Amino acid sequence: MSSWPILSLVTFLPLVGALFCLVVNGPKEAVDRNCRSVALVTSIVTFLISLLLWVRFDVTRPGFQFEEKLDWVPALGIGYHMGIDGISLFFVLLSTLLTPICILSSWEAVHVRVKEYMVAFLVLETFMVGMFCALDLALFYVFFEGVLIPMFLIIGVWGGARRVYAAFKFFLYTLLGSVLMLLAIITIYWQLGTTDLPTAMEQLNLPFIWQCWLWLAFFASFAVKVPMWPVHTWLPDAHVEAPTAGSVILAGVLLKMGGYGFLRLSIPLLPEATQYFAPLIFGLSVVAVIYTSLVALVQEDMKKLIAYSSVAHMGVVTIGAFILNIQGVQGSLFLMLSHGIVSAALFLCVGVVYDRMHTHEIAVFGGLVHRMPRYAFTFLLFTLASIGLPGLSGFVGEFLVLLGAFKANTWVATLATTGLILGAAYALWLYRQIIFGELTKDSLKAILDMNRREVAVFLPLVLLTVWMGIYPNSFLDPMAASVDKLVGDYQAAIKLARTAALP
Amino acid sequence: MVVGLESWTLARPELFLAAVTALLLIYGVVRGETSTAFVSVSTSLALLVTAVLLFTPYREGTAFASLFIVDRLTTTMKALVLVGAAISILMSRAYFEQVKAWRFEYPLLVALATLGMMLMISANDLMALYVGLELQSLALYVVAAFQRDSVRSTEAGVKYFVLGSVASGMLLFGASLIYGFCGGTAFVEISRALLDGKGAEFGTIIGLVFVVAGLAFKVSAVPFHMWTPDVYEGAPTPVTALFAVAPKIAAMSLLVSVLMGPFKPMFVQWQQIIVVAAVLSMALGAFAALRQPNIKRLMAYSSIGNVGYILLGLASGSEKGIQSVVFYLAIYLVMTLGVFATILMMKRRNIMVESISDLAGLARSHPMMAFALLLFMFSLAGIPPLAGFWGKLYIFIAAVEAELYVPAVLGVLASVVASYYYMRIVKVMYFDEPAEALDQPVFGVNRVVAFAAAVIVAVFSLAPQPLSLVAAAAAKGLFP
Repeated sequence: MSSWPILSLVTFLPLVGALFCLVVNGPKEAVDRNCRSVALVTSIVTFLISLLLWVRFDVTRPGFQFEEKLDWVPALGIGYHMGIDGISLFFVLLSTLLTPICILSSWEAVHVRVKEYMVAFLVLETFMVGMFCALDLALFYVFFEGVLIPMFLIIGVWGGARRVYAAFKFFLYTLLGSVLMLLAIITIYWQLGTTDLPTAMEQLNLPFIWQCWLWLAFFASFAVKVPMWPVHTWLPDAHVEAPTAGSVILAGVLLKMGGYGFLRLSIPLLPEATQYFAPLIFGLSVVAVIYTSLVALVQEDMKKLIAYSSVAHMGVVTIGAFILNIQGVQGSLFLMLSHGIVSAALFLCVGVVYDRMHTHEIAVFGGLVHRMPRYAFTFLLFTLASIGLPGLSGFVGEFLVLLGAFKANTWVATLATTGLILGAAYALWLYRQIIFGELTKDSLKAILDMNRREVAVFLPLVLLTVWMGIYPNSFLDPMAASVDKLVGDYQAAIKLARTAALP
Repeated sequence: MVVGLESWTLARPELFLAAVTALLLIYGVVRGETSTAFVSVSTSLALLVTAVLLFTPYREGTAFASLFIVDRLTTTMKALVLVGAAISILMSRAYFEQVKAWRFEYPLLVALATLGMMLMISANDLMALYVGLELQSLALYVVAAFQRDSVRSTEAGVKYFVLGSVASGMLLFGASLIYGFCGGTAFVEISRALLDGKGAEFGTIIGLVFVVAGLAFKVSAVPFHMWTPDVYEGAPTPVTALFAVAPKIAAMSLLVSVLMGPFKPMFVQWQQIIVVAAVLSMALGAFAALRQPNIKRLMAYSSIGNVGYILLGLASGSEKGIQSVVFYLAIYLVMTLGVFATILMMKRRNIMVESISDLAGLARSHPMMAFALLLFMFSLAGIPPLAGFWGKLYIFIAAVEAELYVPAVLGVLASVVASYYYMRIVKVMYFDEPAEALDQPVFGVNRVVAFAAAVIVAVFSLAPQPLSLVAAAAAKGLFP
């Protein structure tokens, strides 16, 4: 294939942009303008390069592609190993797509410390993309945890009134989970003498009790990130206080790191423990789906409502991942992708009215359809996509997960479905409160519809949502081979363990 | 005792440092206060030249009838100590000029202390150990009280002296017990006696406990840490910077060479002590600093916590463990010097300030300084991709391989708690509204040191390999 290190290029190009931003100097306006442009251009170029990955991706190969391998710390058996397969491909694209959108969306919304803001977003992009490409456990950890630094600053510096509380809660929750994962990674290293992930997938064969401990350590990290009930409480706080673009990245990409982690590490490395703990995941996920949907129903803050809906959707994602049949895993991946776009777009929708009214309380709004038809349409589209209307992206993922779940466990599927019904209830209620009704509030009478920049922000997301809903195969095909392999390897490992256990 | 030429060549760096210090002392006394700048720069240079002498050419062996040993481990540790001491002398000028304590004795006392540290690092006999330790300690007691018209500095000096003497006493008592039961003070003799079964005797165990307690005081491991916050806060800031690096590295090196050398046969006995001290230090270092308003005191607790991690590496007792100790110490040196260089730049209306709230809004008034401190804080908290993460990673690898699972889990949990107070400094600098701005730092040593340390911390991830090779080579000496 290509001799160019495309993955490294995609990963570290934003960092180059960040360095450019750092050296920009001069009067404040000029610095702000230049940094915005540098950041936007860098992130768009990064996105275009990352599209090459999709174009050149060989859908028939289940293994890793675009691999790059260098020595990093040979003394410790740590290598710089990058590569993607069908599972990670779209997460990389999702990250590179959402970053320019975030930068464009905060074009006018952010006007203090613009330089630092842009640097933080570009650094964040490097860590996110790197995490999805890393094929070495230590490298994975470096990127996974590195995300905390820019995100902590984004919430804390540009956030709302309770931003300090939210930033600390986010930081400490995630760190607590991650450090336990670090010990698990070290244990794997100790067993194998290397942290190379493909090697670990082939060779790691731990006794059952060890698998359980390691699985729980990984679980501590990923469950917080997903987030699963009951460790989800950092998410509503972080979302409400984060600036719009911060929420977009948080919902769009950061939550996916948890789901991705389960699929990339927990399941292939620790199959027996995965099987053992799957009911735990189902239990927590079902609680998440139903409970957080109910909680979402009584929220008075738009961002909080969408945050709880994210927890509920991610509950469906974890069910799909741990059903471990092909429909379940594909659905779970597709749903993550769809949620990455739809929830990001919903937060952007909140951002549009927030920029005008400087609040996201639901009670402040009402009857916006009379003044903002374009906005009403966009919001409606994404609300329906979030509910799972056929023809839009959300439907495909949810349908596949539920199909997989019905095959494996009818109860889980039934309970998950009730959550989806509640999902329709709160999403439509939110839409009714904000958009429909009479325009009676004086403060809203002069509100303006979306301008061209905002339309440009939403356009790619609208197109993608429809595309994913109408022709999901463009996305499912590249995933298929890798998902087959994941499920196949898992079932083979379980079978092997079972025959070994027989006398 | 006939001392051959070989002995003198092995001790070449120490002899050079002693000679230069003596000459500079004479020069200082003759010329008086006007010589301070010259003496100060020359001493730093002499320390750096001594560091170069360690490697040109590099030699190994024992000298002076086996009182003195030179190997990779001692050489590496000496190099770290020398660099730390030299830089902290250079960093001190602005501060001492400000408080009108800019005297030529300061650099010379630090040089003498450093000489003591080098001797104790190279000690191969309990007597040599004690002599080196006392040379170091006596010079440091004076240095702590160097700002003699300040009550806090004097108090710090006295406190350090009294508690330090108690610790030396304990060490001496332990050493005498060991001498009594093992029949010798040389490390080889002790080792031989312990292998012959003396290790099981009650007296040796008591002696070991006392020796470890004395050394634990010097590295400020819990429960012998009580002096640290007071001395760190009271001593003049450049002295605190010195205390946080050079003596700590030296004492840790001594602890390593004593426990992994003569007392290796008693691994099972001392491992328990070290594990408990490590866990307690990590926990105390994490919890005690949570509400600390003074940044020097905060750094004191932070250093106690860091010592806990280093002890965890030592407790594993393996080659990896010793590598991790060396590796961690090197990174700790860079981070700590960087933080103190930044603290030394904290001035308002030309007066040094040292409370965390003085940093409020620093990101707007001094973006570079705030960014450097941000890097140090995330690094101390062990967040990748900064240098501090690699130190912790190495330590935990060693701990897991030695099957110290519970201490390792407690250690990572403590690091989460500790990250709270590091993040609190970031919060004050970046999230809070600006207080009255600090003075613009003038160009000087402190800015250079802070900048260099920040760059190292930030880009360390590009190449952790060289340092891990150095650490591996250093540890090899103990595992022939």
